[in-house]
Amino acid sequence: MWTLFHKFGSPPWLYRLSGSILRWLLPITVVALVAGSVWGLLFTAPDFRQGNSYRIIYIHVPAAVVALAGYYVMAIAGAVSLIWRMKMADIAMRACAPIGAALTFIALVTGSIWGKPTWGTWWVWDARITSMLILLFLYLGVVALYEAYENKALAAKACAVLSLVGTVNIPIIYKSVDWWYSLHQPASIKFTGGSTIDPSMLYPLLFMILAFYALFTCALLLNMRAEILQREQRTAWVRALAGERGGN
Amino acid sequence: MPASAAGFCFRLVRRQLVLGLRRPVELGNPLLFFAMVVALFPLGLGPAPDTLADFAPGILWIVALLSNLLTSDAVFRSDLEDGSLEQLLLAPQPLYFSALAYVLAHWLLTGLLLGLASPVFALMLGLAPTAIPALALSLLLGTAVLSLIGGIGGALTVGLKRGGMLISLLILPFYMPVLIFGSSAVQAALNGNPAGPYLAILGALLCISIALAPLAIAAGLRISVDT
Amino acid sequence: MASESATGDVLLRARELGLERGGRQLFSGIELALQRGQLVQVEGANGAGKTSLLRILAGLSRYGFSGSVERFAPQLFLGHQSAVKGLLTPRENLAWHVAGEAGFSPEAIDAALAAVSLYGYEDVPSHALSAGQHRRVNLARLFLTRAPLWLLDEPFTAIDRAGVAVLEARLLAHLQQGGGVLLTSHQPIAVAYPLLRLDLATGALQ
Repeated sequence: MWTLFHKFGSPPWLYRLSGSILRWLLPITVVALVAGSVWGLLFTAPDFRQGNSYRIIYIHVPAAVVALAGYYVMAIAGAVSLIWRMKMADIAMRACAPIGAALTFIALVTGSIWGKPTWGTWWVWDARITSMLILLFLYLGVVALYEAYENKALAAKACAVLSLVGTVNIPIIYKSVDWWYSLHQPASIKFTGGSTIDPSMLYPLLFMILAFYALFTCALLLNMRAEILQREQRTAWVRALAGERGGN
Repeated sequence: MPASAAGFCFRLVRRQLVLGLRRPVELGNPLLFFAMVVALFPLGLGPAPDTLADFAPGILWIVALLSNLLTSDAVFRSDLEDGSLEQLLLAPQPLYFSALAYVLAHWLLTGLLLGLASPVFALMLGLAPTAIPALALSLLLGTAVLSLIGGIGGALTVGLKRGGMLISLLILPFYMPVLIFGSSAVQAALNGNPAGPYLAILGALLCISIALAPLAIAAGLRISVDT
Repeated sequence: MASESATGDVLLRARELGLERGGRQLFSGIELALQRGQLVQVEGANGAGKTSLLRILAGLSRYGFSGSVERFAPQLFLGHQSAVKGLLTPRENLAWHVAGEAGFSPEAIDAALAAVSLYGYEDVPSHALSAGQHRRVNLARLFLTRAPLWLLDEPFTAIDRAGVAVLEARLLAHLQQGGGVLLTSHQPIAVAYPLLRLDLATGALQ
């Protein structure tokens, strides 16, 4: 267990591991995204009230779910970085922020596009949209803080503190915003209670959520690999790698 | 032989208060800012008393929040610049309590004064007198939470030369629950409902912040001093 | 090898200290065990990392260096900045100092201020004092502290010759009482006491 932990701290090991994971995860992600989209868009029945416009949930909901989960991944990486001072955790945390911000942005834009036919307006200050907007602010705050520090090791620690503060605050923000305004449809997917969404719509949605998790993982690993190479550019193993590629 | 943690905290609060009180003009600045921004709203929204009274709870709370935000940047800045901060970090007493002492002094010099002065501004905006106790109480509780959260932002950005704008980006999202419950308390009192539940939630937020914010402030200060 | 029984005399121990800044190795493999009664001067050219080393030893720099530091006694760290508040008088600055030592008696504070020749300035707001006097207010802490371990970064900068002599006498008294001092200085130190030199470039302690 402990040796595994130490291995995760080693850049070349992580670089090779992520390479071999991506080799099979990347094609699977692409196939899953395409298959899920086709399933959701072509092979499900239209909603009896919203017609076909509801189909945007196959992008909107997974993006929102993974964006929120991404913040917690970032905070966990931050905690590891603060407690065990692991450089690779710094890199993982730094890589999470722009991906999470992009997913949050996708969720906001698709929500807005969905809102136009449903509510007749591009933007409604409803609880979930507002919460997503605040989540976007939280992500952008982390990016801004990281960029403001010149010493990148300290930047990562500062961002780790900020994202941990965020994890404590996100439930409070969500609950308060939820309470502040509840105009949206009641939460539809509940694994414990009775589901109000038809299984024929639910399964492609769950499938797309998994596909988005895979997408997040791929983006995270690609981002981390780029950062590892940049940080370790002077080391022998990166030079060897570059020489290998250059030689071919 | 170090001083006891409680005695040291008391000494820090006293020191910060003396430093604040020797610059009375700076002490008045947040209040002046509050008054000026309150004066902007009739200019922007029109002077109709009904409109202003409708918006008054939100306006007063947002202005209080901005005024608190602007002072948060300065909580640790002069101490970093003259080297006091590194001495504070080397003190044998737990930094958790020292951070709490700094925030307490900051609140006494900003939030407390703001809460006490708020009835005047409320009357200027035509807020019904029945809502004024709720306004003052919610501001007293809420600004304490804001000072604690602002302290986190201040600690994380104090080492940066251009911290002013950044600190707003970092901590404004965390201010939002306080704004929601603070303005709701005033609104409830305005509508003749009890404000107690909202004040209780603000109190709960204050308890959580007292427990957790000093940890984040301490971590932020250690990072900021480590250059 | 220093055995465990000797740790009672060790105030500060550093093992395998190394620091890299901007891709450049400032120092590496620094081994240090500062014992009671030892005076160590850190030597190195400008930019060699003397201040960085002191900040690591004091515990102010926590990230980005390799190796370990252990302190076994309360420390007094004097850095480049004087930590003097312009709005407070020298007396208040010392009485309410943020370094967290127990309260000093007014007599002790007055005596310390007199020792750094600030007698007569006790109740003047510090912003009316010169930069050199600010440094003296800070140095007055050397006459108040009960911490055995002193880490001093350029303590003699901007101090006149008479002031330096007083400080050297204070250092000597502290060392003879069993304190340990580690300092950086550009001026030669004229203390009638064995002086160890830590060369940052080689890591050798002589």
